Amino acid sequence: MHLILFFIFAGFCLAGAINLLLQSHPIASALSLIVVMTSLAVLYLLLGAEFLAAAQVIVYAGAIMVLVTLVVMLLNAGREERTHGSHAAWLVGFPAVATILAVIATVILHLQRMGVAKLGDGITSTAELGTVLFTRLLLPFEVTSVLILIAILGAVALARRGNGEGTAGK
Amino acid sequence: MTIWQFILWSVLKVAVVTTVFLLAVAYTVLLERKLLGHIQNRWGPTRVGPFGLLQPLVDGAKSFLKEDIIPTGVYRPLYLLAPVISVGCALTLISVVPFGEPVSIAGSPHLFQISDVNIGILVILGLTSMGVYGVALAGWSSNSKYSLLGALRSSAQLISYELALGLSMVGVVMRAGTLNLRLIVDQQATAGILTWNIFGGLQFVAFCIYIMAAFAETNRSPFDLPEAESELTGGYHTEYSSMKFAMFFMSEYGNMINVGCVATLLFLGGWTSPFGDLIPPPQNLLIHALFPIFWFTLKVFCFLFLYIWVRGTLPRFRYDQFMNFGWRYLVPLAMLNIVGTSLWLAF
Repeated sequence: MHLILFFIFAGFCLAGAINLLLQSHPIASALSLIVVMTSLAVLYLLLGAEFLAAAQVIVYAGAIMVLVTLVVMLLNAGREERTHGSHAAWLVGFPAVATILAVIATVILHLQRMGVAKLGDGITSTAELGTVLFTRLLLPFEVTSVLILIAILGAVALARRGNGEGTAGK
Repeated sequence: MTIWQFILWSVLKVAVVTTVFLLAVAYTVLLERKLLGHIQNRWGPTRVGPFGLLQPLVDGAKSFLKEDIIPTGVYRPLYLLAPVISVGCALTLISVVPFGEPVSIAGSPHLFQISDVNIGILVILGLTSMGVYGVALAGWSSNSKYSLLGALRSSAQLISYELALGLSMVGVVMRAGTLNLRLIVDQQATAGILTWNIFGGLQFVAFCIYIMAAFAETNRSPFDLPEAESELTGGYHTEYSSMKFAMFFMSEYGNMINVGCVATLLFLGGWTSPFGDLIPPPQNLLIHALFPIFWFTLKVFCFLFLYIWVRGTLPRFRYDQFMNFGWRYLVPLAMLNIVGTSLWLAF
C-alpha cells in the first residue's frame, strides 16, 4: 500500500518538476511547482513525518507559492519565448548538476548518524519533534530563526529606502 | 477490521457528511437572506414553499439550467479548474472535523468523524491556505480587470490574515498540548462552559482574533474586499456564470460553516454540553448518541447567525484600513496572547 502510494506521488512529483521546466507560461510553471510541493508533502507523510508534511503544505504550497503567483499576476507576465539556451548551459550545466547530485548523494549515504526512515514507519508525533528541536537541536534552530530575522530586517530596510525616494510617482 | 470494511465505512461516512454539508450550505444561504431581510425590515424570500423553505432547492435547479457562458478571452484550463479548487478545499476541510463523541458500532471506526488525524489543526490551516488558489486563479484566468483586482486583493488578504488566524490557535494548542481536534475538545469537557477555552482557558482574546481573521479568510463582510460590488462589480467571479458561479457561492458558504465548526471545536467546547454534568446523560442510547450532535449544531448555528448579523450591521472596510488592521493590531495582539498564555501555563 505504502509502496503504491510512493510510486504514484513520486511520479506526480517528477512529472510536476519536468512540466515546470517545459511550460512557457509562468503561472503554469508556478502551478506545477505547487504539485511538486504537495506530492513531496505526501512523501513525507508516507515516511511518518506528519508535521513536516503539514508544514510543507502550509508554508511552501500555501504561503510562498501564493506570493509567487501574486507577483506573476502583478507583473502581468505573459507567455515566454522558447529559445534553445546557450551552448555553455548545455555543455557545463548538465554535467555540473549530475556531479553535484552525486556528491550530495554519497555524502548523505555515508552519514551514519542520521538514521534511516522507511516507508510505513510509525508516525513521529509533533510532541517528540518539539522536544528534539528545543533540547538537542536548540542552537541550530535558534540560529536559523536569527537568520530569517536578519532577512526580514533587510527586506524592511530595502522597502523603506525605496519608499523615501520614489513617492513622487503616486 | 479489514481494509475493505474500512473503505466501505469511509465511503459511507463521506456520502452522509457531504450530503448533510451541501444541504446545510443551501439552507445557510436561505438563513442569510431571511435574516438580512428581517434586519433590513423586509421579509426575504417567502414565495417558494412555506416561509420560502424550498427557495434553496429552486435556486440550485436554476443555476444548473442557466446557460453556461465562457468568455472568449479566458485562459481555459485554469478558468475551469478554479471553481473546482475552491469547492474542493471547502468540502475536504470538513473531513477532519469531529461532530460528536467517539461512538462505534459493530467494529466500525469512529462514527462521527471521517478521519481522526493527529494534526487536525494543521490540516485545516493547510487546506485554508490552498483555498486561495481557487480565488486567485479565477481572477487571473478570467482576463478581466475587475477579476484580476479581486484576485490580487484576495491573495494579499489571505496571506495577511492567515498569519493572525494561525497565531490565534497557538494558545489553544499550548493549553491542550496536542494538535488533534478530538483531544482538544476532550480537554475542554471537564466542567461544561467553565472549562471551555474561551472562558476557562482564558482564550477570549484569541477567540476574537480568530473570528476577525476568519471573516477575512472567508471573504465575508466587512472584509469582503475581493468581491466589493461597488468597486469591482463582482470581484474574482465577475466572469463566471451558471453552475461555475454557484460553485464559488457554495465554497463561500461552505467555508463559513467550516470556520464555525473549527471555532466550536477550538474555543466553544465542541460537542460537549455547556452545563457539564448538571444534566444527567440521557438513558436512551439513540438520544445519548445524538445529544452531542445537537450541541455541536447549535454552536455552529450561533456562529453562522453572528456572521450574518455582522454582515447586516457593519459597512465594508477601506482596503488600506483593512491591511493596517491586520498587520498592526491583530498579529501583535495574537503574539501577545501567545506570550500571556505561555506565562500563565508556566507559573
